[in-house]
Order: sequence, then structure tokens, then C-alpha cells
Amino acid sequence: MDTTATTGTEGKLWGGGNRPLGASYGKLMMWFFIVSDALTFSGFLASYGFTRFKFIETWPIAEEVFTHVPFFHGNYPLYYVAFMTFVLIMSSVTMVLAVDAGHKMKQKGVILYLFLTIIGGLIFVGSQAWEWGTFIRGDYGAVETRGGRILQFVKADTGERAALADFATPIHGEREQLTRDKAFWFGSESGLPSFTVEEVSEGLRANPNILIRTETIVDDEKTVLNREQSLERIKDARRVVEGANLIRNEYGSRLFADFFFFITGFHGFHVFSGVVINVIIFFNVILGTYQRRGHYEMVEKIGLYWHFVDLVWVFVFTFFYLV
Amino acid sequence: MAHDHKLEIFRGLIKFKSNTQKIWGVLVFLSIVTTVEVALGIVKPHTLTANYFLGMKLLNWIFITLTLVKAYYITWDFMHMRDERPSLRRAVVWTPIFLVSYLLFILLFEADYIYNVWKDGFMAWNF
Repeated sequence: MDTTATTGTEGKLWGGGNRPLGASYGKLMMWFFIVSDALTFSGFLASYGFTRFKFIETWPIAEEVFTHVPFFHGNYPLYYVAFMTFVLIMSSVTMVLAVDAGHKMKQKGVILYLFLTIIGGLIFVGSQAWEWGTFIRGDYGAVETRGGRILQFVKADTGERAALADFATPIHGEREQLTRDKAFWFGSESGLPSFTVEEVSEGLRANPNILIRTETIVDDEKTVLNREQSLERIKDARRVVEGANLIRNEYGSRLFADFFFFITGFHGFHVFSGVVINVIIFFNVILGTYQRRGHYEMVEKIGLYWHFVDLVWVFVFTFFYLV
Repeated sequence: MAHDHKLEIFRGLIKFKSNTQKIWGVLVFLSIVTTVEVALGIVKPHTLTANYFLGMKLLNWIFITLTLVKAYYITWDFMHMRDERPSLRRAVVWTPIFLVSYLLFILLFEADYIYNVWKDGFMAWNF
């Protein structure tokens, strides 16, 4: 007698006993992880969009911030980020080639392409570290007003940005850095800026060629004040800002640097962990683990993750650097 | 595992002979799109920055469209979504698209509202 209960769904796609989505457990879970991670990144980028729309008139212009290329001096907006994007797409290509070689059970091919993928990932992470370094160091310097707004300086004759060192008048009388042993336990500060507000104001007054540029955007350009307005506006200056940290930055809105560090940092962390997992799987491929197992599904799974990281960068690139 | 790949892109306009060839083809396409994006980002043609559609510059619409095009080809050809079953494809793709559109709608409208409050309200913040 037949003791098995039948539900009448045997043999159908969702009747159990097979893979209705046509993907193995591991790949399916990787897809679901990617969906949730995509939502996380979307949340970050959406909150960036929120802040951007909230400060639509005063947000920093990305092409004016990211203008550096390693080993070259000058103004090259976006070139280096474009290079980074290309490196990541290229490493995505070597990753698909590794997956493809895995399908054909070609161990040597997988080793080669996985190696190239790791190199690409390392170049990308290194570039990002360099970009962070440049961003944190800053290049022109600015002053912050008592309302927390950033004032930058331009040369009146050429319209180019002026660095603080170009015009600030050194005033003697060194200010000592406040350390904990010289004050109360809670009073200390991290490094002094190269110039004081007085030196910058004095330099502005003495140098008729220097004008103040405010954060306000009119017709895609930051507003430059005339000489009288500049002399009036500098009275609001309270602090010299050089480079960027999590509290203030010389590029403009405070949240700009926060989002930069947070979004590119979180993405960079993904690339970094991708490289680490790639290295582990790379050694497994060399040892022949997957050759003995009979399939290279592990390479496929890390491949999915790696392409996802590339995919996120495509969005970060657009919304942080282009739009 | 899907060993047989669909080798057509652009709705069958281009058909590749092997999967490897398709990968390189998609790379060429993605590189062209990125180059166009960077070129537009540097040149910023005036006609595209001065004209608006639904409150956003035409240039930004172009950037976003090109980004979605790139995302499509990365997912479909590099992640082999083209070879997966429609049920998996819909589960993975439509869930984020639906949720993210909702989130963006809510957040961007709210941000625009706050912008107007700060601009027209009796409060000074830009001093």
C-alpha cells in the first residue's frame, strides 16, 4: 500500500524536490544578499540626494573638488575618477572571464583571470586611498563664517582660485597649540591651521586682487563678491579651514565631506573585502579544490559579488561626481 | 547551472559567437558610455544645463539614463541575469526598483520642501 501522501503537485515547477528558480542555494543566497546590500547603498545615495536637494543652491561643485591626478600638477577634473571607473569595469571583465573559464573547467584560465581581478581591485582601493588623502589635505584653504558657511578666495584678474598662502599676511606673535597639559582636561585641539583668521583678513585687505567666493550657485557658477562686499564679508570669518574632516571642510557644505567619506568609504570597504575573498578563492583554485569538487560555483558566487561592487560604483560615480 | 549563454545583446541586433566574445563586446560598449559621461561632465553643453525636464537638468537626466543602461548591461551580461529564469530575475530586480523609487520620491520631495522653507521662512542660515 502506498504510504506517501500526495498533494497532486509533484512534477510541477513549484511542487518541491527541484530548484524552481533554477539557481543553486549558494547563488540564490548571494542574489538575496545583493538585493539587501543594494537597498543599503540606495539608502545612502537617497539620503545624499535628500541633502543635495535641501542645499541645492549652495552644494559644492564636484568637478571643482576632484581635479587632481597623481604625478601631475594642474586642473584635470574627473579624469582620475574616470580612470578608477575603467579599472573597476576592467576587473569585472576579468572576473567574468574567470567564471567562463571555470565553466569550461580550465584551472589555468581561472588562476590567470582571478589574479588579474585581484590586481584590478588593489589598484582601485589604492586609488581611492590616494583620493581620500588628497581630499583630506585640501589645496586652497578657506575660512568659515560664524554661520558655518565656507568662504573661498579667487584672484580678481584671472578668476582662478587663490590659496591662502598666496595672499595671507604673516603676523608675528605665535599662537600656541592648546594641549591637555596646558589647559583643563577637556580643552585641546588637533593641530593649528597654517594661518590665523587675522592673517587671512589682513592679507585680503592688503591685496586688492583677492575676492571672496561664496557657496551660493547662480547659473552653475559660485558667486564671486566684489571688492567692497568681500571686505564686508570677511568680518564674519571665524575660523580657517584647510582640507577636510568629518566636522568641516574647505569645499563647502559640511555634509559634503561626510557623505564623501561615508559613501565612498563604504564602497571601498566592499572592494577591500571583495579582494580578500578573491584572494582566499584564488588560493583554493591554485590548490585545485574546485577542480576536485567538479565545478567552479564558488568563483561564480564571488563573481556575482564583485560585479555588484562594480555596479554600485557606477551609481556612486554618477551621483557623487557627475550629477 | 546555466552553461548555455544567450549571446545576443541590443535585442538581437548584435549576436556574438561565444560568451568570451560577448564579454569583450559589452566592455567596449560600457567604456564608450563612460567616456561619453565624462566628456559631458567636463564640457557641460549649455543647452543641456540650461533646460529642465521635471525639475531636473537635461544633462542630469542623460547621466542617470546612461547609468541605468550601464547597470543593465553589468547585471544582464556580467552577472548572467540574461540566462536566469524570469522568476529569479523579477524577484531580484523589481524589489529594489520598487522600494528605491518610493524612497526617492518621498525623500526628494521632502528635501525640496525643506529647501523652500529655509529659503522663504523667517530664518537665517546663510550668514
